[in-house]
Amino acid sequence: MSQKTLPVWVDIALIPLINVLLAFVVAAGVIVLIGENPLEAVNIMLMGAFGYDEGIGYTLYYTTNFIFTGLAVAIAFHAGLFNIGGEGQAYIGGLGVGLMCLALDAWLPWYLLLPLAIFSGALFGALWAYIPGYLQAYRGSHIVITTIMFNFIASALMVYLLVNVLIQPGAMSPESRRIADNATLPFMHEVFGAIGVDIASSPLNVSLFLALICCVFVWLFIWHTRWGYAIRMIGFNEQAAIYSGINTRRMVVLTMCISGGLAAMVGINEVMGAQERVVLDFVAGAGFTGIAVALMGRNHPVGIIVASMLFGALFQGGAELSFEISTITRDLVVVIQGLVILFCGALAYMVRPTLERIFARVSVEKEL
Amino acid sequence: MNDALLIAVSALDATLRLSAPLIFCAMAGVFSERSGIVDIGLEGKMLAGAFAAAATAAVTGSVWLGLFCALGVSVAMALLHGFACITHKGNQVVSGLAINILASGLTVALGIAWFQRGGQTPALEADARFAAITLPGADSVADLPIIGVVYSELLSGHNILVYMAFLSVPLTAWVLYNTRFGLRLRAVGENPQAVDTAGISVAWLRYRSVICAGLLCGLAGAYLSTAQNAAFLKDMSAGKGYIALAALIFGKWRPTQAMLACLLFGFLDALAARLQGVELPIIGEIPVQLMQALPYILTVILLAGFIGRAIAPKAIGIPYSKER
Repeated sequence: MSQKTLPVWVDIALIPLINVLLAFVVAAGVIVLIGENPLEAVNIMLMGAFGYDEGIGYTLYYTTNFIFTGLAVAIAFHAGLFNIGGEGQAYIGGLGVGLMCLALDAWLPWYLLLPLAIFSGALFGALWAYIPGYLQAYRGSHIVITTIMFNFIASALMVYLLVNVLIQPGAMSPESRRIADNATLPFMHEVFGAIGVDIASSPLNVSLFLALICCVFVWLFIWHTRWGYAIRMIGFNEQAAIYSGINTRRMVVLTMCISGGLAAMVGINEVMGAQERVVLDFVAGAGFTGIAVALMGRNHPVGIIVASMLFGALFQGGAELSFEISTITRDLVVVIQGLVILFCGALAYMVRPTLERIFARVSVEKEL
Repeated sequence: MNDALLIAVSALDATLRLSAPLIFCAMAGVFSERSGIVDIGLEGKMLAGAFAAAATAAVTGSVWLGLFCALGVSVAMALLHGFACITHKGNQVVSGLAINILASGLTVALGIAWFQRGGQTPALEADARFAAITLPGADSVADLPIIGVVYSELLSGHNILVYMAFLSVPLTAWVLYNTRFGLRLRAVGENPQAVDTAGISVAWLRYRSVICAGLLCGLAGAYLSTAQNAAFLKDMSAGKGYIALAALIFGKWRPTQAMLACLLFGFLDALAARLQGVELPIIGEIPVQLMQALPYILTVILLAGFIGRAIAPKAIGIPYSKER
């Protein structure tokens, strides 16, 4: 009923924009509280994120991770599932990528290894999401709680594996050996260098293209396949989905597996691309950023790309900011992330009644 | 023999200290979730409380002023949660997560800006912390066999917040089961329509519940930074809020059972520290990571219905809208 009182563009563009702006206004308040000038901070962040090609490289490198986790959260959201476990699924997925690379890097070049690594990573990530999905669908335990628990279990498991199993004999730091050079993903500066364009080196690698392919895949899957239709129907009205003959339990498990598989692609970017080995905590919160990204991007691939760019810029700009202003650190970006989740997620409909009133008044005046 | 007793007592002693913040948070969860508001923001409220307590105690030198600020900050975050979930009917899990992330960012951002110690607060002097309390007669009975050791080593010598944590359990149970507020709170978590029909405000009742949760999380936070430790450390809550949430579910949303679950998880924590690198007969060395993950694994198994059934309050997570 209240859905129809506002024009469509208000719902899909204006309200999210207002919510993001509110988040940034509050963040500016925090900067003032710290005793710095928010406008100067924004300026440094923008310059750091987009002002020079190394900065852009880092921005897009972070963006790649956030696209993967954002898509993972979004696809679960479409089925009405809240997957907080992106962090753990990406971590375990990275293990899958790492194991495949470490096993075969002596024989295969990266372009032959990549499909295998994607498969293995997706399998591991999907498995880590399968258990919570199965428990939700068939045993009635709540997905939110189980995925939170699985994040902690994943973290403990990975520490154990890195400290006791994957560590190089004699090495001090808990990380696996390096993946052979010809088996790691080419960096973007190498790709561009090969065609004669010189750009500064950064961890940005070809997995950005994989991220964009995943966006297209998710868009096709959600809006142009039977399964996508079933997933959206479950999210919209589970009872109706059951009555129309959809096996909702199987779809819930399937959705979680796809979600986990997408989150696992962070492992491609980090393990096979940027770090070239399995290290501790390489996900570094990207799973949680994915939640902010999905909420801000309204669970649509295009929105997710835009939101990922924004968060990529925030992370890179935030790093720059901590060099320039000693009292501000990357943690400010975490604050912004929390605010975006608050305003775009929990308080998403706060401004709606006000807008409805304004639009009602405007339309009445038009009629007069 | 005596050695074994001393080791057991010291492990149990550590269990009491490690479970105290879990118990506060679990009781906070009881209040919030029994009224129908999912609270995964226990972690964030505790962390924010810990920062407020340590920062205030460091600046003013008063531990009680620190506690007061911890309560204030934690309640403020609880009210934010209420504002999103009760007033604006937002998603309760999303709101709780936002509070956790906000707290983990804000405490460090403000800590670095105010104290320039990489997110830590200055170390507190002894009188700006909660000191250990020796229970009456602890010294005189210390020589008695078993009882003396148990009384003087295990029960005596904790700070006041540990005792408050254990007192909060009967208090929560009493409020929940023996007061009008408690009855209504449980009712609103099961069937808000009925409560509304009886002419009681669902929103006001739920707001009071989240405020109670905020107060208890504030106590947990103050315990972390001004009793257990002598400063605020970055991300010092380290998942305790989630463990408390697990304990709450493990205890089937009941105060006493939740406390027992907290004690179990606290004991596992104490045991993990003592078993590190120790070869056990038959099983060999248990990886410390397995011990750390055990609370989470147990909760998953419980939730899957393999150890009894955990039935949540019926209206949990559903925002209440009046029918028009």
